[in-house]
Amino acid sequence: MKLSKRLFLGLAVGGTLATLPISALAQEWQPTRPIDFTIMAGPGGGADQIARFVQSVVEANDMTNRPLIPTNRGGGSGAEALLHLNDARDPDHTLMVTLNSFYTTPIRQEALGIDIETFTPITMMGVDPFVLWVHKDSGITDFDGFLAKVREMDGEYVMGGTGAGQEDSIVIAYMAGVYDLDIKYIPYDGGGAVAKDLAGQQIMATVNNPAEAKGFYEAGDFIPLLAFSDTRMDAYPDVPTIKELGHDFSYYNQRAIVGAPGMSDEAAAYYRDIFGQVYASDAWQDYLVSESLSPLPMDEAETRAYWATQVANHRQLLSEIDG
Amino acid sequence: MEVFSSLADGIFLALMPINLMLILIGVTVGLFIGAMPGLGSVNGVAILLPITFLVPPSSAIIFLAAIYYGAMYGGAISSVTLGIPGASTAVATTFDGRPLALQGRASLALVTAALASFVGGTVATVLFTLFAPLLATMALSFGPPEIFALMLLAFATFVGLGGDDIPKTIFSICFGLVLATVGFDTISGEPRLVLFDIQGFLRGIGFIVLAIGVYGIGEMIWTIEQTRGEVTTTNPKMTAKGLIADSKEATKKGWKGTLIGSFLGFFVGVLPAAGATPGSLMSYGVAKMLSRTPQEYGKGSPDGVAAPEAANNSASTGSMLPMLTLGIPGSPTTAILLGGMVIWGLTPGPRLFLDQSEFVWGLIGSFYISNLAAVLINLAFIPLFVWMLRMPFTILAPLIFVLSIVGGFAASRSMHDLWLIVIFGLGAFFMRKFDYPLAPAVLAIVLGPIAEPTLRQSLLLSSGDPMIFFNRPIAGPITVIAIFLILLPAFKLLRRKKPAAAN
Repeated sequence: MKLSKRLFLGLAVGGTLATLPISALAQEWQPTRPIDFTIMAGPGGGADQIARFVQSVVEANDMTNRPLIPTNRGGGSGAEALLHLNDARDPDHTLMVTLNSFYTTPIRQEALGIDIETFTPITMMGVDPFVLWVHKDSGITDFDGFLAKVREMDGEYVMGGTGAGQEDSIVIAYMAGVYDLDIKYIPYDGGGAVAKDLAGQQIMATVNNPAEAKGFYEAGDFIPLLAFSDTRMDAYPDVPTIKELGHDFSYYNQRAIVGAPGMSDEAAAYYRDIFGQVYASDAWQDYLVSESLSPLPMDEAETRAYWATQVANHRQLLSEIDG
Repeated sequence: MEVFSSLADGIFLALMPINLMLILIGVTVGLFIGAMPGLGSVNGVAILLPITFLVPPSSAIIFLAAIYYGAMYGGAISSVTLGIPGASTAVATTFDGRPLALQGRASLALVTAALASFVGGTVATVLFTLFAPLLATMALSFGPPEIFALMLLAFATFVGLGGDDIPKTIFSICFGLVLATVGFDTISGEPRLVLFDIQGFLRGIGFIVLAIGVYGIGEMIWTIEQTRGEVTTTNPKMTAKGLIADSKEATKKGWKGTLIGSFLGFFVGVLPAAGATPGSLMSYGVAKMLSRTPQEYGKGSPDGVAAPEAANNSASTGSMLPMLTLGIPGSPTTAILLGGMVIWGLTPGPRLFLDQSEFVWGLIGSFYISNLAAVLINLAFIPLFVWMLRMPFTILAPLIFVLSIVGGFAASRSMHDLWLIVIFGLGAFFMRKFDYPLAPAVLAIVLGPIAEPTLRQSLLLSSGDPMIFFNRPIAGPITVIAIFLILLPAFKLLRRKKPAAAN
């Protein structure tokens, strides 16, 4: 199984340079009405934070002549947002900020009739890695200790996450599969609630994006045990990756901006230019570092190829979970 | 004491010209956003978030918190004058605020709401100042079983909300609970009850949609039918003398509800996942339960206005606490504030009080100032809102209809929700005709989405053993009290029947 993001790490500079020549072309098309900026998740989560951050950078630098209007359409695990884009009456003014339910929801809910390959790639803002966390009072300090504890509890070890088929459940299912672990999984409705119940020790471990656990980690309440990234993370240099342990697996949450199906090439070029500028801005680059996101710049063709591999990989992962 | 010197610094920071100006603007903007049906503090804060990029973070959060505060005051205004809750947090205010307005006592209702809000906000801020770290620890000890027990308690107080007809109340609660399950199920990850395969139901049925339908459209049709369009709001007038008289009466008749709301609201607000809406609804229920004259509730009791209004302000301050200390939003609005803090480069969480103490204390200081500013500005605008009521009903009714539709659309920008509002409005009218209480259904749709997942999470934790609700130190007592309250009407019924049988 290879879920590796492509080896574009460290090519951030190259990526931003690549977007520059488009600028000239982008002059031809301008938005004529406010831009629908749909967020695939509810308020407060990772995707929402990113959308509002991007909006604030666009506003502060006065990059568009019409405002971005962020609207949370998180219903049905993103199904609401996907349908909204699919049926958009004005695809040239309809954008979406995604997470991985972009891949999983159309697979899990085939009745929606969504084919994400019809969507228009705009800009990949970065990818968010996952880390396994425990509470400091658990007495567990490394991954071996975690494995021993889970086996000792024999099915009573409780982990929390954001629900069946969601990103963290895929990671937990993979981990439980390769290490033959029996874990009790409690679904919550958001990463924040999961982190809070780990802090209160209502649950024993979580797999969370670093952004959601950062506050507790800095206060010393959470201990990171294992990263599901390709290489060790800069923010957690002592935390091994699951790859180092001999399992060829990594998993990231995609933080991308996507256009509605049927968006004209001119409009797509315009938005790629705008969000390319956001991506290259100091504000966004600082955000990537502080929230431990990895840069993963790619152009349209590369994004389409990336989507195809992601869909195939998720199809396989989900079929393993659902049985 | 260190707390007081930090607080003094904080208040000083909040009084700086730029911050004071932002507080005044924020409170006023919030007041009107809150008064607009459908638009609540969530929308206000979300819309104005990008503007805060222009000022330093401590000023930005003070501005957004002032909007949040103002909206809590403003929510009461349309609840009282139009009978439509201005925000979800002000639904309980309509229960008694609207009857008061129809008796020509709109000014009393509005003054009570403003004063109760002020007391609630101030009590909460003082509790926040003194006990923040302790309360954060307490919030963490509330896991799924504790939250569910609390919701059970809330439902138990509702049984008393619907008047004497317990079966109809229970039917109404169940109806609300069914509506609450529509949409995407977090636990299984599957869509449920997507009625007629209409895609709009994937999102679930929004609380505000039901509230506007029931109280905006339904109430209006009901009023028209009852009065044949000749509504008498008995010439409400507003003078300075009247204002003082109203303040006196509000203090005399509303202090009990205010106290209950201030403390209960804060406590519920501090718990992540709950927030100001359940806080205000529960306070109304508890105030009614503890009242010596519960029969006056729903007919224009100042206590019935004071309790939810004190609670929603208190809870909105309370919900800042888990946001700042744990990085966990206690309400949808604080979720957006949290996003804002990340944008400004702050990490909410246990270290924020230490690393960014100026920011935190500036915010706490601003609570005191915002509260004072909000109550003064609110009182100043009351004559304007009361004057609106002097419009003939033939003008007011279409206005309410338009506001309901616009507000319902603004919240989600979806036509699906608009049709639902109309359907719920008609449904509410007929339910009322058959004497079904509507409040329990509205309350159930607020608490259902909290109660259901926590019930299932708890049972997953215990592998299906319901004893988890009884053998935990916090959940246990709450569950027992809730069950007792639910069974209370049954006991009363038995006792009443026995003597009858003996005769």
